[in-house]
Amino acid sequence: MQIFINGEKLGLENSISVEKLLLSREHDIAQVAVELNGKIIRRASLSETLLNDGDVLEVVTLVGGG
Amino acid sequence: MTLQIGNTVLRNRLIIGSGKYKSLDDASKCIEESQAEMITVAIRRTPQSKAGEKTLWDIIPQDMHILPNTAGCYTVDDCIRTAMLARELLGDQRGRFIKVEVIGDEKTLYPDVQGTIDATAALVKEGFICMPYISNDPIACMRLIDVGAHAVMPLASPIGSGLGIANPYQMQTVIEVIREHCIKQSRELPIIIDAGVGVASDASIAMEMGVDGVLVNTAIACAHDAPRMARAIRLATEGGREAYLAGRIDKKLYASASSPVQGRFTSSPTQ
Repeated sequence: MQIFINGEKLGLENSISVEKLLLSREHDIAQVAVELNGKIIRRASLSETLLNDGDVLEVVTLVGGG
Repeated sequence: MTLQIGNTVLRNRLIIGSGKYKSLDDASKCIEESQAEMITVAIRRTPQSKAGEKTLWDIIPQDMHILPNTAGCYTVDDCIRTAMLARELLGDQRGRFIKVEVIGDEKTLYPDVQGTIDATAALVKEGFICMPYISNDPIACMRLIDVGAHAVMPLASPIGSGLGIANPYQMQTVIEVIREHCIKQSRELPIIIDAGVGVASDASIAMEMGVDGVLVNTAIACAHDAPRMARAIRLATEGGREAYLAGRIDKKLYASASSPVQGRFTSSPTQ
């Protein structure tokens, strides 16, 4: 299956949770907010939210800005 | 000497930005030198992290208020979306503030006034403490107050321009109209100059005019010695506030001697 994470295609062998994907990419769960197909996934639900083929993920954080 | 935004009290009237610093270390020193209690941040896609690499999260003190912006949003929907993500990111308590920005044009980065008003109205209903970035237009500021903004942040000149208060007469009008509007509504609401400060004196002049605070990013971050400029602008903000409270003298066209004429033992000027 294939998903999109921050605008980039990513192939996955099987459906895993959003949390597992983020941890595999070394993201600190406490320092990101996640949108799946345009809807915010609360931090507490990341472990139980499974990814499906074609899902679009946005993973955002704080950066410098004025 | 405090600045109140919603129920939050800041002891320092300078709000600092976190963008454009030469290094994280520089940004950290500027936070310290500015003594600011609130810092703006942007919300962006998380970069692929490198283990052990320091990020902005590591240098923002735990007790510092974070003011996420919606910079780069050109529609009301994107602004609201960004605000909701910021709140999810920071949690309901620390993520209660939002610097509402709906940009109208890439070249000037002037706000889309109607979009800013609509986004502010929606975000106030969502429970955010809304601090919109807006044109130095008294009517736009009044409309923001009407929809429940918790502060108004008129621009002094374009973002990052360093032009200072480009139109001081207009700014004076904005301040007076907002004050009168607030009195009619029995509200108190801070006016914070956002965008355009280039150097310490700009902050001081704004404060002397009676605004409640200044938000500064580029002038500090891009100064040759950024931490020193952070200190300079902090002192100028404080100095300007003191001067405003002290009350300036009226301007006169001609001289008025500081030393008495009476008791003078030297001759008068020859006619």
